[in-house]
Amino acid sequence: MARQPDQTGIRIGMWLFLYTEIILFGGLFVLYAVYFYDYSSDFAKGGKELNRIIGSLNTIILLVSSCTVAASITAIRQEAKKLCLLLLATSFLCGIVFLINKYFEWGHKFAHGIYPNSPTLTSGPHGQNIFFGLYYVITGLHGLHVIIGLTLLTLSFVRVYQDKITAQRFSLLENSGLYWHLVDLIWIFVFPLFYLIL
Amino acid sequence: MDSAEQHLTSYKTLGLVLAALLVLTGVTIGVSYIDLGMFNVFIALGIACTKVSLVLLFFMHLKYESKAIKFSLIGTICFLAIMISFIFWDVAFRH
Repeated sequence: MARQPDQTGIRIGMWLFLYTEIILFGGLFVLYAVYFYDYSSDFAKGGKELNRIIGSLNTIILLVSSCTVAASITAIRQEAKKLCLLLLATSFLCGIVFLINKYFEWGHKFAHGIYPNSPTLTSGPHGQNIFFGLYYVITGLHGLHVIIGLTLLTLSFVRVYQDKITAQRFSLLENSGLYWHLVDLIWIFVFPLFYLIL
Repeated sequence: MDSAEQHLTSYKTLGLVLAALLVLTGVTIGVSYIDLGMFNVFIALGIACTKVSLVLLFFMHLKYESKAIKFSLIGTICFLAIMISFIFWDVAFRH
């Protein structure tokens, strides 16, 4: 008889990893908060330069993709393989659109001379330089997480397609989902802190 | 716990949670246009915390998880809170 995988154990392992991610981004948000306290007017000015529409759009995209990943788990557990694949593909597409938006957003900033260590930033107000420094570090690290999440979603998609992920064994899909939700959680804080400050 | 005992989240619940999240996103964008001084930050963070709780509870099905995961997550958040409060304690009284 094949050994029954320890589903709870697998999930706890994933959560433990997610805690380290929470602390990682938590540290960066603390950094943001301390500098916001010191340079609130520069931060507000910097925030106005970010594109709210792209920011809002990306928020909606990530929320929808999070929902479809969660729904894909329900689908596979109800043995609706096709629906599960469709939902995973939707999530993947949302992730790609998110990255494309990010590409245009960063590209637009670069064109205006706003990039790490650019002459515009280094000669400008100190707070502005810090704001955009944090913006690039945090959204960059978040973007990296989106890429990793997309890789995991692709892997899950292939595994579902190959019938390696089934209604009885879906830990990989579940953990990929948890990772993808974490990416969403971080963005929920990034969005108001960078795009919506007055 | 066997996988058969694990809670299955219905599409309806997921849809409702998504709708709530989108509404909250709309609210947070709307509020950001009204100048309330320091309160803007608190409202934005309050809404963000509500959204995060919804994602954790339903999308990440924390609501139906075992105690081990629930309490360890609360522990992590407590550590984060300690880190944030001690750093602010330092920053606020340094000068």
